[in-house]
Amino acid sequence: MTLDDTDRHLVNLLQDGLPIGPAPFEEIALKLAISQTAVAKRLGRMKEAGVITRFGPFYDAAAMGGAFCLCAMEVPAERLEPVVTCVNAYPEVAHNYERAHRLNMWFVLATETEAEIATTCKRIEAETGIAVLAFPKLQEFFIGFRVAA
Amino acid sequence: MMLDQTDRALIAETQGGLPFVPEPYAAVAQALGLEEGEVLARMQAMQDRGVIRRVAVAPNHYRLGMTANGMTVWDVDDAVASDLGAQVGALGFVSHCYLRPRARPLWPYNLFAMVHGSSRDEVEDKRGQIVALLGAACRASDTLYSKRILKKTGLRLTGRT
Repeated sequence: MTLDDTDRHLVNLLQDGLPIGPAPFEEIALKLAISQTAVAKRLGRMKEAGVITRFGPFYDAAAMGGAFCLCAMEVPAERLEPVVTCVNAYPEVAHNYERAHRLNMWFVLATETEAEIATTCKRIEAETGIAVLAFPKLQEFFIGFRVAA
Repeated sequence: MMLDQTDRALIAETQGGLPFVPEPYAAVAQALGLEEGEVLARMQAMQDRGVIRRVAVAPNHYRLGMTANGMTVWDVDDAVASDLGAQVGALGFVSHCYLRPRARPLWPYNLFAMVHGSSRDEVEDKRGQIVALLGAACRASDTLYSKRILKKTGLRLTGRT
């Protein structure tokens, strides 16, 4: 799909958020001189084409009561594949990345409670024989990140 | 914030996204058998309490050319780490920014900032901007590029109470 200027404006402007109300596209439609239906249709097309991954509320998972923690392991190269299989099998492991560092495996644990973070780390350590370093967030900073379309 | 069963039903219905119609909340209300006014009031209450950060579009970085990313990590003087972290987070190319505990001696870094760019060179260039911003408060740093996504599942809340 090729993006026209209106699509680009939509992506750029709608990253900042829309008001919650009966007609959330009213203001942006006026600004871009298109109908609210056209805004909705363009967003739907961009979602279908994979230009946007979603449109909707961004929930703060921690505010909903869950617990999250970034963890890292130093996995010997020759054991990487079996350890990946073992770690990924835990439903608590939400994301897992191989990174270029001595600590070469980085994953995020997502559990219902804080206590389950520690017990999951211990279970993974017991099963793999490799230490799990936990890096819980101490402070989160407001993010100004925007992608220019 | 205490979320009741109806809030959780709303979250379950909307966490994958809103319908692409001019009045999306009316459509959500209809799907759940609620009044639109109640849906709007509950969503607004969740936004006011920070359960909803914002209602917005999430662009696909990769599709829009932001194909490189590096987890930059910094050993920043604790006395100024909070102030400097706020400045790093506000940079337009940083998508996540946290203070986390160190794990010495292997891991001396306390500030984590995910940096995005269209190429590794661009990530390095942006990293240079953080170096300049942190100045003498930064004692050591590194960038961890991802080699492989091993697992990626969306964070999903079930309709449980």
